[in-house]
Amino acid sequence: MSLYLLRRLIQAVGVMAVMSLIVFLGVFAIGDPVDILIAPDADQIERERAIIALGLDKPLWMQYLVFLGNALRGDLGRSFVFNEPALQLIMGRMPATLELALGATIMAIIIGLPLGLYAGLRPNGAISKAILAISILGFSLPTFWVGLMLIMVFAVQLGWLPSTGRGETAMLFGLRWSFLTQDGLAHLIMPATNLALFKISLVIRLTRAGVRETMLMDYVKFARAKGLSPARVTFVHVFKNILIPVVTVVGLELGSTIAFSVVTESVFAWPGMGKLIIDSINVLDRPVIVAYLMTIVLMFITINLIVDLTYSFLDPRVRLESKG
Amino acid sequence: MSTTALPAPAPAPPRVETPFRRFVSEFCESKVALGALVVFTLIALAAIFAPWISPQDPYDLGVLDIMDGRLEPGSVGATGITHWLGTDDQGRDMLSGIIYGLRISLIVGAGSAIIACLVGASLGLLAAYAGGRTDGAIMRLVDLQLSFPAILAALMILAFLGKGVLNVVIALVIVEWAYYARTVRGTALVERRREYIEAAQCLALPTHRILFRHLLPNCLPPLIVVGTMQVARAIALEATLSFLGLGVPITEPSLGLLIANGYEYMLSGKYWISFYPGIALLITIVSINLVGDQLRDVLNPRLKK
Amino acid sequence: MSLTLEVRDLRTHFFTRAGVVKAVDGVSFTVARGKVLGLVGESGSGKTVTGFSILGMVDEPGRITGGSILFQGRDLATLSEEEMRHLRGNRIAMIFQDPMMTLNPVLRIDTQMIETVQAHEKTSREEARQRSRDALGMVGIASPDERLKSYPHQFSGGMRQRVAIAIALLHRPDLIVADEPTTALDVTIQGQILAEVQKLAANTGTALIWITHDLSVVAGLADDIAVMYAGRVVEHGLVDEVLDRPLHPYTHGLIGSVPSRNKRGEPLRQIPGMTPSMLALPQGCAFRARCPRAADECLVEPELRTILPGRQVRCHRPHL
Repeated sequence: MSLYLLRRLIQAVGVMAVMSLIVFLGVFAIGDPVDILIAPDADQIERERAIIALGLDKPLWMQYLVFLGNALRGDLGRSFVFNEPALQLIMGRMPATLELALGATIMAIIIGLPLGLYAGLRPNGAISKAILAISILGFSLPTFWVGLMLIMVFAVQLGWLPSTGRGETAMLFGLRWSFLTQDGLAHLIMPATNLALFKISLVIRLTRAGVRETMLMDYVKFARAKGLSPARVTFVHVFKNILIPVVTVVGLELGSTIAFSVVTESVFAWPGMGKLIIDSINVLDRPVIVAYLMTIVLMFITINLIVDLTYSFLDPRVRLESKG
Repeated sequence: MSTTALPAPAPAPPRVETPFRRFVSEFCESKVALGALVVFTLIALAAIFAPWISPQDPYDLGVLDIMDGRLEPGSVGATGITHWLGTDDQGRDMLSGIIYGLRISLIVGAGSAIIACLVGASLGLLAAYAGGRTDGAIMRLVDLQLSFPAILAALMILAFLGKGVLNVVIALVIVEWAYYARTVRGTALVERRREYIEAAQCLALPTHRILFRHLLPNCLPPLIVVGTMQVARAIALEATLSFLGLGVPITEPSLGLLIANGYEYMLSGKYWISFYPGIALLITIVSINLVGDQLRDVLNPRLKK
Repeated sequence: MSLTLEVRDLRTHFFTRAGVVKAVDGVSFTVARGKVLGLVGESGSGKTVTGFSILGMVDEPGRITGGSILFQGRDLATLSEEEMRHLRGNRIAMIFQDPMMTLNPVLRIDTQMIETVQAHEKTSREEARQRSRDALGMVGIASPDERLKSYPHQFSGGMRQRVAIAIALLHRPDLIVADEPTTALDVTIQGQILAEVQKLAANTGTALIWITHDLSVVAGLADDIAVMYAGRVVEHGLVDEVLDRPLHPYTHGLIGSVPSRNKRGEPLRQIPGMTPSMLALPQGCAFRARCPRAADECLVEPELRTILPGRQVRCHRPHL
């Protein structure tokens, strides 16, 4: 197990190194930070001073090492716009994004799993067909447009829910959370639903396909032949087998949910890191862009690692093979 | 079935069952897919003939009258045109804006899909045919690409390259090529082991000929399916990027940008500026996906009974 | 001699889009207490569907359309799903063909055994565990305590089938339907399991239906034999009599196609042609097209009739 863990860790570090190189090359080599940092009317001497100050006179590989060294110490530069350390800025916005992404994930599971289960157990029923149609629509609809429609219906026409912002927050573990107050929760519902839509469809499809496949397995027939109640067959024998792929995908999707929250945050003016990155790209605030990219890549790799480990915990076959 | 015995009709000339005809008849089995195909064809025709059918040239600032701004659907503007879908903040006829917007969305979507397909299919073929280290390197790149969500990769590329139509196309190509590469490699690996490839190799045909004349045609069915779906994805992604203000320029708005323009007015109840472009986007994407679904069912030999 | 099971004119049909598949079409046989019936036929002859019909586990689009399944005097075909569920795994157990597939890969053996005990009896977990341990010991699994805590993939195929048999035995059922339970196993393991099952059946008075395509298994194990062809029983009788002197041309052909010591040197005979499509069975006797003795009268469907004491055959022109 520890060997397996070690191998996965080394892999993760490797991917992180590659991504840092790509980000470094993309942001620092393609664009010229000097043009942005100094005034347009600066003379040649000022320019060169800035180049030396930024270490841009050194060869590219050395610049990369400096960048990497700084990054490891948590220094990814200062935001041009906010004049704050970029990483600190990102970290300050992260709880809002995490709250949104986790809310969406929970919704996807709570809504998607039962619907998928139903559609899988009664594949020919009218309700199942409707569920499937909804999931196809969920895949096709562009997230941002659904967000707008939600605002139009529930905020503008009906006036039930607030359209933008996080609302009131409460402190927990030293961070501010919306879901702890009634007002915050009201603000959270629409963005979370919007972000969850794609994942609900995904969970429905996965669960449905999994149920249909598993129901045909001999071990399910055997479980029925043992005289188990339909509930026990469904919820223990079928469900536990489906849970593995669904958990894997939902876990892996947490990363992409955080990435896709860029769209939802822009629609609902949710003050998370996704909204920050869009604003930063628009004003070319490079340190923030770099900090965002590095943070999200790190999150991604961590999530993949955790999902792999959870997977091996859930499936005894994987667990034992990696032990041996 | 009829219960009355009809006189036997004169035997029709035997129809040759070509693969194409079988494909067409199988595709037409699903009325939904057929309808989707018709809808998509109409959308494509509207986009192609935009200058002739739209009531107004939405790019020509000369014909716009700011007094016509934010007219409700069905109102008649100062220029005498009936704005069936209303006007936006600059007095632009929404219907015309949508038709021209569709044009840009389709060009960006289809264009990026075609380039991504060329790049991806070539690399996929190469990986399958060369095997070994080449295969390993290409597939590792594919895995890396696919492990990051499309929106993040696109954001990253636009952050590096800046905004603009061309950069959006580049971003879409980089996001999408991996799907084609994986599909083609998978199919090509299976096909490679078939006798006809061995026969071609025994004849010492040049590699490129084996790749493109023998291997590629057999990889086409899954490629068509993936391609169809990817066009829809590309259109949705372009719309998303444009909505975020990272895509096409404001002077030639695609559907995504039209929707973004209407966003601020929606809160004051002027829904149509965002709503109708959204519907157009939705119909386009759903119709392409439905066609793609049916193509997959028809072209996938595994599903055939 | 008390009958545990009497199947009378059972019909199980599948209503597919391509047409009605009469997988089981008028099957009759009996199994007495403590006896073993070998249900023999090629794949697709309807023997597995017969087994599932007895357990009331015919899935859509199939259903039992006629006949009766009298189990200790009760007609199973008329029972509700809930009543049937109380019999399944309790009074009637089933063993499946592929032991690699019958145990749930993500549940421990103890979970899968204890749930079976508790599905039919209100017992404590500890008592259920004790029962499971005893059952594993009964089928010859060493150190059952340790084995209970294992997952299926830690067992070999033969061991898994023993576990499956142990599960089937948990409630000392009156009837076990075994669907080719040794086909997927090595010959040596097959022999061990056959011997043990035979012993258990004799000791507990459990009636056994052993579904197989392998006549040599039936020869050593069964008391009676029912040969199925295209959804019908074509021959039924005591195993020794049927194997020594087959009456139906199909049984005759089957026996002729088994290699054996006393036929060494002779060419193996085979039955010409293929199993007919269940969607388009020929008129009259279904075996007509492959039968060396076929004649005009075979265009009329033959009935299953008793032509010698204890010997039933569905043929106009049996080997007499």
